[in-house]
Amino acid sequence: MNREYETVVGLEVHVELKTKTKIFCSCSTEFGAEPNTQVCPGCAGFPGTLPVLNRKAVEYAIKTGLALNCEIAEVSKFDRKNYFYPDLPKAYQISQYYMPICKNGHLDIEVEETKKRIGITRAHLEEDAGKLVHQGTITSTEYSLVDLNRGGMALLEIVSEPDMRSAQEARAYLENLRAILLFAGVSDCKMQEGSLRCDANVSVRPRGQTELGTRVEIKNLNSFRALEKSIEYEVRRQINAIEDGEELIQETRTWDEEKQVTRAMRTKEDAQDYRYFPDPDLAPVYISQEWIAQVSESMTELPNQARQRLVNDCGLPEYDASILTLTPATLKFFDEAITKYNQPKIVSNWIMGELNRLLNVNNMEIEDSRLVAGDLVELLKLIDAGTISGKIAKTVFEEMFSTGKKPEEIIKEKGLLQISDEDTLKGMIDEIVAANPKVVEDYKNGKEKAFGFFVGQLMKATRGQANPAIVNKLLQERLSRE
Amino acid sequence: MQLYDLTIHELTALIKERKVSAHELTRAYLQRIDEVEEQVGAFITRTDELALQQAGDFDNNPVDKPLAGIPYGLKDNICTSGIRTTGASKMLEDFVPVYNARVAACLEDQQGILLGKLNLDEFGMGCSTETSAFQTTSNPWDLQRVAGGSSGGSAAAVAAGEVAYSLGTDTGGSIRQPAAYCGLVGLKPTYGLVSRFGAIANSSSLDQVGVITRDVKDCALVLSAIAGYDSQDGTSAKINIPDYFADLSGDIKGLKIAYPREYFRNSTDTAVARQVKRALHAYEQMGAIVEEVSLPHSEYALPAYYIISRAEASTNMARFDGVQFGLRDVKADNIVDLYANSRAAGFGAEVKLRILLGSYVLSSDCYETYYLKAMKVRRLIHDDFTRIFENYDIIVTPTTPTTAFCRDEYRGNLLSLYRNDILTVPVNMAGLPGISVPCGFIDGLPAGMQLIGKPFQEKMLLNAALAFEQAHDYYKARPALGGDK
Repeated sequence: MNREYETVVGLEVHVELKTKTKIFCSCSTEFGAEPNTQVCPGCAGFPGTLPVLNRKAVEYAIKTGLALNCEIAEVSKFDRKNYFYPDLPKAYQISQYYMPICKNGHLDIEVEETKKRIGITRAHLEEDAGKLVHQGTITSTEYSLVDLNRGGMALLEIVSEPDMRSAQEARAYLENLRAILLFAGVSDCKMQEGSLRCDANVSVRPRGQTELGTRVEIKNLNSFRALEKSIEYEVRRQINAIEDGEELIQETRTWDEEKQVTRAMRTKEDAQDYRYFPDPDLAPVYISQEWIAQVSESMTELPNQARQRLVNDCGLPEYDASILTLTPATLKFFDEAITKYNQPKIVSNWIMGELNRLLNVNNMEIEDSRLVAGDLVELLKLIDAGTISGKIAKTVFEEMFSTGKKPEEIIKEKGLLQISDEDTLKGMIDEIVAANPKVVEDYKNGKEKAFGFFVGQLMKATRGQANPAIVNKLLQERLSRE
Repeated sequence: MQLYDLTIHELTALIKERKVSAHELTRAYLQRIDEVEEQVGAFITRTDELALQQAGDFDNNPVDKPLAGIPYGLKDNICTSGIRTTGASKMLEDFVPVYNARVAACLEDQQGILLGKLNLDEFGMGCSTETSAFQTTSNPWDLQRVAGGSSGGSAAAVAAGEVAYSLGTDTGGSIRQPAAYCGLVGLKPTYGLVSRFGAIANSSSLDQVGVITRDVKDCALVLSAIAGYDSQDGTSAKINIPDYFADLSGDIKGLKIAYPREYFRNSTDTAVARQVKRALHAYEQMGAIVEEVSLPHSEYALPAYYIISRAEASTNMARFDGVQFGLRDVKADNIVDLYANSRAAGFGAEVKLRILLGSYVLSSDCYETYYLKAMKVRRLIHDDFTRIFENYDIIVTPTTPTTAFCRDEYRGNLLSLYRNDILTVPVNMAGLPGISVPCGFIDGLPAGMQLIGKPFQEKMLLNAALAFEQAHDYYKARPALGGDK
């Protein structure tokens, strides 16, 4: 039944630019400060104060625009978006409505080995609002407190075309966008801290129909997973509604992470008239070709360029390349490792496998971990030298990850050195064989499992430290003599 | 002659020659305020103690600055650190800023003596101070009449000898009109010449801080102290500021003066127009070239102004919502009631009217037909002026259609009241400098002549104003008030 419908998704992404000061005043933007300690009369909207544009925010917007293949407007303007809310001290947000700084860009994604280009309608600068702290929930709270630390931080809102056709494409778009923003160095893109926020516009339509279906905007998407799950849910909900003959209404819904459903917030009829008009306090922003050229020159490798390099120069599969270029920190880790240990695929396997697993389990980013590339290289060299086995190496790696200690140190501390001494191993094999005559019988009768049993027993006796190649050789020799 | 009758440049000379101390001067002014303030009602807040302290500091450690030791007043929409700044609104009745407006800092830096904060129409919205939440200021020339507005307190205080000079703000004539009504010199500088930082916004693209003084030389002295780029104001102009006072000669030989016929027709009281015509004749005799021109879009200036100014004012007033500062309805038990009740109680009728009108013209259904159209008209008005200034140096008009009107004269007739601004509004719409200078008396009330200049050509404007002033005695006249003989 679902095949008869096509999913249509467009994303609106708010990115907090990592300028040192706010967009219209000189307050600090550091995350996690005590409430209302990064506030001045300006960002608190006191009478008589005026906004003065932070040039760095414009530079970051240009950078993002270039990375997203946008046209950079020679002239852009700021407008006032008027609405009352306690976290908005001026009762208007300074944004760019009529003349945004970036337009008509695109971003390429790949889902299930199909490449696709997603259009970017516009990217515009604006100021962030403050934060309300409720006692309990918004409806039951006796009073609410306002924290203006976030108010006036520089945001870039990036609006895509409704070009995505599945939740997976939407996720791929957001992942790629995040990678580009991280590589361009314009934002920390931490969804948990709110420096990357995403709203999804979702509709469905019968396959073949050209006009779009009734659109629903989903808010409160705090993770890639939430984005994907909420779209999947919303598509099911909309299709069911249509199948049941219900009429869909244009509305804003919120993602309930706990119940894994979207819930109605407000309908189009409740939508406010924001009374946009050009903010008379700010002169138009003029951007010269020279400035654009300057910003362009200052830009370093972007994810797609890095991906190509990894495929062409390092001989990695496309899949590896796409994973390693999801964040600049991952790529940096990889690049550092292969300069000291020129086996890209082995390094890649460790990053994509063990390292990413541990990062996921601990809900960490690579830059937060205590592990450095040089230590992984040390570990790989120890495996090559036969000092430890690959299996033990994983244990050592976990320890490295959680303590930041050097591999040799861990091996020494935990006594994990690989046993390659044939005389030692021979003695142990003799004991095991002698103690298990029945299994020896099985082996002689051609039961392959029996061999594995002896290997297992030996590994157990050596706490996994026996050199597997030598164990195989010695065990074969020994059993052939039975 | 009393001390409080003198100009800044006369007082500065006395101070420099040690004939009078700042303390004596301040005492003289405070005494004058005590005598006449009850009749005039120019002050919202007096700062006697601060003034005496500033005077003492200066006397102990005199500095050589043009405005040092000179008592002045500020319109009460100009923020002063640690001193209540009300905007003549109940909304900000107890509001004490923690920052100085740029212009307030400039005058503090000059070591001037601040005597207090002066009355205005609520948030600068009005032309008579009748919309002030606290009082209506009287015209020192006739106490039954208004001093004008919105900078009515600023003008009346200078005219009454309560301060030597004052600062005001001008959105559509709010400095020039009260200056004209009170027989003073009032300058609205080019948009961007003087920082707006710390001046509570009325209509941001039209507002400009300016000067009210007894004569043109004083005006030049004060302008020199407050003009210049300010990094805190994104609309502040980055230009070199000349010394406006130095080499003001009053020589205007060859100056090309235009007078637009539209400004002398219909809308203007014949008496004021006649007075200005006489002034034009005087200019001719001084060697200026005087010719009639046309500014064809002038008649659309007023409606366009009402749309743009209300639109901007409506969103500038939005921050007064009872959440951050100012008046709050503490009994409201939800946020919507908090907004509605605080704003209903805090704003006066005129401000509410402007918020409604402004919100309406910005609504998505009206934006194009009202706001965008008004912005196009604004461009045409600007182009009209630019065209005239290709061939002329100065444009001369009456400042106001009539002399000062009586209190309550326009009650219930708002549209007629609004027409008072018809001659001054186009100057704000085009962002040009305009100065009002006294040009005679009609039935004992002062009349004002408006001189309009090219952008940032305040020096030429002041020079032309000085030429007229020196050829006449109008600026020497003082109203008879209180204990005056």
